[in-house]
Amino acid sequence: MEKMPRWADVLLVPLISLIIAFLISGLVILAIGQNPVEAMRVMVTGALGSSYGWGYTLYYATNFMFTGLAVSVAFHASLFNIGGEGQATLGGLGVALVCLLIPWPHWSLALAAAIVAAAAFGAIWAAIPAYLQAKRGSHIVITTIMFNFIAAALLNYLLVNVLRPQGSMDPASARFAPTTNLPELGAMLNAVGIPFAKGTPANISLLLALVCAVAVWVLLWHTRLGFEIRSFGKSQKAAQYAGINPVRITMVAMLISGGLAGMMAINTVQGEANRLLLNSVEGAGFIGIAVALMGRNHPFGVVLASILFGFLYQGGAELALWTQIPRELITVIQGLVILFTGALGYMVQKPVEALFMRRRGAR
Amino acid sequence: MTLTKHLLGAAATLALFAGAATADPALIYDLGGKFDKSFNEAAFNGATKWATETGGTFKDLEITAEAQREQALRQLAGAGFNPVVTTGFGMSDPIAAVAPDFPDTKFVTIDGYVDPAAHPNVLSIGFAEHEGSYLVGMMAGMKSTTGTVGFIGGMDIPLIRKFGCGYAQGVVAAKADAKVILNMTGTDPSAWNNPTKGAEIAQAQKSQGADVIFAAAGGTGMGVLQSAKDQGILSIGVDSNQNHLFPGSVLTSMLKRVDVAVYDAMKAGPDLETGVKGLNLASDGVGYAMDENNADLVTPEMIAAVDAAAAKIKSGELVVHDYMSDNTCPAAQF
Repeated sequence: MEKMPRWADVLLVPLISLIIAFLISGLVILAIGQNPVEAMRVMVTGALGSSYGWGYTLYYATNFMFTGLAVSVAFHASLFNIGGEGQATLGGLGVALVCLLIPWPHWSLALAAAIVAAAAFGAIWAAIPAYLQAKRGSHIVITTIMFNFIAAALLNYLLVNVLRPQGSMDPASARFAPTTNLPELGAMLNAVGIPFAKGTPANISLLLALVCAVAVWVLLWHTRLGFEIRSFGKSQKAAQYAGINPVRITMVAMLISGGLAGMMAINTVQGEANRLLLNSVEGAGFIGIAVALMGRNHPFGVVLASILFGFLYQGGAELALWTQIPRELITVIQGLVILFTGALGYMVQKPVEALFMRRRGAR
Repeated sequence: MTLTKHLLGAAATLALFAGAATADPALIYDLGGKFDKSFNEAAFNGATKWATETGGTFKDLEITAEAQREQALRQLAGAGFNPVVTTGFGMSDPIAAVAPDFPDTKFVTIDGYVDPAAHPNVLSIGFAEHEGSYLVGMMAGMKSTTGTVGFIGGMDIPLIRKFGCGYAQGVVAAKADAKVILNMTGTDPSAWNNPTKGAEIAQAQKSQGADVIFAAAGGTGMGVLQSAKDQGILSIGVDSNQNHLFPGSVLTSMLKRVDVAVYDAMKAGPDLETGVKGLNLASDGVGYAMDENNADLVTPEMIAAVDAAAAKIKSGELVVHDYMSDNTCPAAQF
């Protein structure tokens, strides 16, 4: 059977799903007595209508790119890493330690060290569940989610008892030295003559995320390791028969996945807050699952889906700021988008496919 | 074409809000959300009281992410709202970053602390939670027949230890050999809104003998209060007066008058006096709640003893140890 053209599969289907999700969201907004057209306008102008809005949209998107890529890489090895939350928490600890303990002369050196620390801490946190899966057969879904709680408890303990400056009420680390502050996206673009609002949290981590996306693409489709990961994911037995070591692939895929999730913390901890907060991951590890699902586990799909979710976050903030729509409704909209683009993807795919088949038949 | 429309729309939105909002006060709730029946809701009640009394309007906002703290402050200050009142200690750092850019706007941080010398347009309001907790701890100690009482906090953070430490001191003051079981609900922010877990911990504490449980855990406290009622033991509410939630089962509530702080700030308006303000027993900033719902639970002797202690605390004769002052607690181990 012939399939529908690729552009329709990759672009048209998600777009239709998205439109359905927004239409239903509109009905919900209508049901609570608000104007859905006005709500949509506030969201779009607030998130995409100005460089200020973009600065926030891209900041959130950067988080989701890292966690989305993390989920994708593991997923290609048919490992469901839902521990991105905990791995990013540990990554934040790595970033904070590097920034607090060493007096960096320049941000670029601090960034390089932070990348190494964040990736290493995240990877270590993923390594234990990976080892248990590879050697003991403990299911990775269970162990990674349990490690999220352990990470939260560990960070809570360290912030309250060790890293918190004496007398501070807030369970957060001290501020990092100004020399570790990453350049803002706005400042970078202004330097090359592109006007962009200042004071937005988007920073150089965005470029790092995009580099990671390209690197993941190269890794998965243009290296021997990527081939092994994908073969292992498609059929473990066949891969084993072909001489691929399952323990090694499980470990390597999870280490890369954990490292990517950990690097998310560079954006929030070093790029935005300049200190380690108790709540610096804020569920981005879980949103990463939705982003990977929506992006069909392809790095470029992940980038696009991340921007969509960044739009939902920033648009949602504007909605809460300028309308009477309660913040819970923003969660409803996000849930509908995930439902239609991820879980119910086939619901749209089949009719669209049938439509293309009929057109082709008629011709 | 659509893009132009959006841009025009954005400009129109900004113009609209800039015009409408001049000198109205704004209130930003902490991540726990507006209707937590506790801390944030007390702030909302204070603002509502101001609005009904003066006929004024205020803008309120629930944030959903850490990065929105600074964003919301900038947007509201930029739109002309004054003063901008915030709840929760997480706001102090963002306020310190934003306040210098809006020198004519007054910012209020409730539970936070911003250096008044560096930021002359910020009012930091702190509460003496340990004093109020001490009083309800005394009540718990006197009311308990088993000699064991419980404390359930939200997250293990210094502020909650301050509550727990004051409570434990009060319990021990009333009954020297009493045992205080201290538990925290969780390690991530969901611990502030997890009534199921709160109910579970309340059951566990009862099985260890506790017959009065103080919940200082935001929305989680609802589960503690419910579970205490179901098991036939007593609970103590927090921040707002929660006696009415389960009449006859809530012994009392530790009042933290966030509503008064918000009301006063909004009433003062742009002429708000900045600096650092401590609200304690002496200034009626904290206390315990008595109404018809718990009148039968609290004996006149208990009230007499607690009021005597309150008078001593006010006069300075009795000093309740503040956990935050040196990160230690004489009556409890965290």
